[in-house]
Amino acid sequence: MKKKSLALGLAAGVSAAVLALTGCASGSAPAPTDGPVAAGPAVTVNWSEPENLLIPANTNEVNGGLVLNNLFAGLVYYEADGAWAYDAAESIESDDFQHWTIKVKPGQTFSDGTPVTAESFVKAWQWGASDPELLNQWWFIDAVPFEGGTYDGGEDTLALEVVDDLTFTVDLTRPMADFPLALGYTVFFPLPEAFYADPDAFGASPIGNGPYKLSDEGWVPGTKLGVVPSESYTGPRTPQNSGVDFIVYASEDAQYADLLSDNLDIVQNVPQSALATFQADLGDRAVYQGNAVFQSFTIQPTLPHFAYDEEGTLRRAAISHAINREEITQVIFEGTRTPAEDFTSPVIAGFDPASIEGSDVLEFDPDKAVDLWAQADAISPWSGSFQIAYNADSSHQAWVDATANSIKNVLGIDASGLPYPDFAGLRTEVNDRTIPSAFRTGWQFDFPSQSNILGALYVTGAGSNDADYSNPEFDELFDEGVTSATLEEQVAAFNAAQALLFRDLPAIPLWYGATTAGYSTLVDNVEFGWDSWPILYAVTKAAQ
Amino acid sequence: MTWYIVRRVLQGIPVFLGSTFIIFSMVFAMPGNPILRMFGDRTPSEAQIAALEAKFHLDQDFLTRYFLYLGDIFQGNLGTTYAGQSVNEILLRTFPTTLRLAVLAVLIQLIVGVLAGLVSGLRKGGIFDHATLIVTLLLISVPVFVLAFVAQWFFGIELGWVRPTVGQGAPWQDLILPAIVLAALNMAYVVRLTRGSVIETNQMDFVRMAYGKGLARGRVVPVHILRNSMIPVTTSLAADFGILIVGATVTEGIFNVPGVGNELFKAINRHDMPEIVSIVTILVIVYVFVNLLIDLLYGVLDPRIRYVKK
Repeated sequence: MKKKSLALGLAAGVSAAVLALTGCASGSAPAPTDGPVAAGPAVTVNWSEPENLLIPANTNEVNGGLVLNNLFAGLVYYEADGAWAYDAAESIESDDFQHWTIKVKPGQTFSDGTPVTAESFVKAWQWGASDPELLNQWWFIDAVPFEGGTYDGGEDTLALEVVDDLTFTVDLTRPMADFPLALGYTVFFPLPEAFYADPDAFGASPIGNGPYKLSDEGWVPGTKLGVVPSESYTGPRTPQNSGVDFIVYASEDAQYADLLSDNLDIVQNVPQSALATFQADLGDRAVYQGNAVFQSFTIQPTLPHFAYDEEGTLRRAAISHAINREEITQVIFEGTRTPAEDFTSPVIAGFDPASIEGSDVLEFDPDKAVDLWAQADAISPWSGSFQIAYNADSSHQAWVDATANSIKNVLGIDASGLPYPDFAGLRTEVNDRTIPSAFRTGWQFDFPSQSNILGALYVTGAGSNDADYSNPEFDELFDEGVTSATLEEQVAAFNAAQALLFRDLPAIPLWYGATTAGYSTLVDNVEFGWDSWPILYAVTKAAQ
Repeated sequence: MTWYIVRRVLQGIPVFLGSTFIIFSMVFAMPGNPILRMFGDRTPSEAQIAALEAKFHLDQDFLTRYFLYLGDIFQGNLGTTYAGQSVNEILLRTFPTTLRLAVLAVLIQLIVGVLAGLVSGLRKGGIFDHATLIVTLLLISVPVFVLAFVAQWFFGIELGWVRPTVGQGAPWQDLILPAIVLAALNMAYVVRLTRGSVIETNQMDFVRMAYGKGLARGRVVPVHILRNSMIPVTTSLAADFGILIVGATVTEGIFNVPGVGNELFKAINRHDMPEIVSIVTILVIVYVFVNLLIDLLYGVLDPRIRYVKK
């Protein structure tokens, strides 16, 4: 036994070096083939049990979302770069961006054989908007301004009208130029008649109209969920593999170990412990790319010295200048975050921080920070300490402490992290406006448009406007942006709106997220989208 | 004897009530509104919060909720998770895996631990004895998660002898590595207990007597020495079985064993309160029951401490 233990330690050291040296080998990709379903084993991807049943109107987290996205086809789908293309829709048109006519492609069916019609969409949307218990109800009210959307719920409240078998119309309360872009989200998927008989049973084994359908085994709770290509799907996302198995893992470390030994094909998130080494471990099979996650901390104006007045604005700018984003992203995150340059995300169309007035407030500039802080002190002397609240049930402590230290060292004030045991506790105080400090905030884009984050976080009275920001000028520019006919016009308006955010700093931008993922030697054509999800239908897997 | 068992089972009732009450109050007294967590960084509307609070009975006071929960339990219904799965089904699915893992771990301890302890006890002061002392010291001092990660990486990834994690259906061969890791710590104690016990028994008069009357070593060691040394060892093994059977959360997580500990770990990560309370409650019951069995086992092994009706 003694011998074994010693050998184990020695061999571990040697093999680590070997692993690093040989990690760069990778096969070249065979060309994807069109037509009939590829033979061979199913592609495996790490997964966690969804938090809710698989019902589009009630699925707002990534695990359930990824499965639904492959089981269903919405009117549009997103390509890797966030551009939208028609999936189940033939056309989505409007003369004024407020009254839309949507035509569904003829001849489509759900995997149970029933046809996909205008009614399949209209009824599903009405159902999703009908009940405040449904987590995605806000999509019909806040995210997209549907005429008739209300949190009180009620049957058939939305102003949707079925014109004929394949055509329906949508009325919005105000123009929204990128309405089609929003329609790729889960909540807008159609539902077959079978759903309404028993939504819960449907949620355990959903029937969709997408590129995949549940395999015969289907959802084996606690173990996996299997899908196979659906022969009834005729859209653009043709599966290039024989199916996908979503394998349940309890820890990121376990799934990474299986990836290294080729027992798992796709890992969507590399564990913290492997961030420094995964690119060496996996070589060409390591995926590292920006994603649509924006991280910040927010300061409510009720916090003493931080109102939206001259003093508060000076202090917010001083704090922003005092944070060394470059160093923190390198040291704490091993370079897997990118310092923020604006209030949106580099992977979302329209990203152009250089042309936004005032974006230099995000630069690390200790002298300027001290100067601004002194100006604020001249208005009203500083007392107390600056704290950033975070939820300790996730790995936030390291960067919060580093950020607080950066502020403390530059401004010479007392600054520290303020841990909350869990996310629910933190959000409760944020929601009640009783939180005694700044607090971490983040946003993962729901659909690839700047309007998603700007509208949800900073428009007066918006649902997630934790900073109680209210600026009529901003609201006006935002309205101008969402009604612009072209991306150029939209970006011009949104950039002008962002300039106001840089001046007032309702939230202090920190950094953008990144997808850190990897795949095994058995699969090829693995690509991750703007939303951090692997594009599963395109993955090919060699027969073993 | 029967009366003793009945009394012990009856004593389990207050233990059960008390533990459910404590777990329930701890989980539900956690600060913050779990509804807000479901929405992530987005703030839900007042109407949505109210509707969901009503759905999960969060709008009722603590005692009402506790008695609602108890009522369900007495009807054999452990509740459903937020994802709509029945907790009964989850336990039926995960418990057998944990049980198999525990049995495997205890078997490894029994075979390897007792053999090593016996040999080093009989050859006290020899090379094997010293080596075992050092190895057991190492095993006792290394935290189980370190052992688990190193074993997984070395045998699973480097050598490729086994799958690094447990595959679908948890086949026996995949459970061997996690079982060895789980067994390691207590195995070290088993080795030392056996060794000490063997040394002690070896000096007993009846052993010298056995040798003296001309019995072969092959008969004295198993029958006279080993059997009489097994009482403390069996107790230790049984106690460890009681610990293993309620789920080795860390090890199951590292090896992705689809067992109770793993499920509990995931439930805690999801903040799935009904599931957490129900699983922990069942684990308390199982633990109480296994401990009762252990106490009865004492009597079986050593007639001198058998429970008799006074």
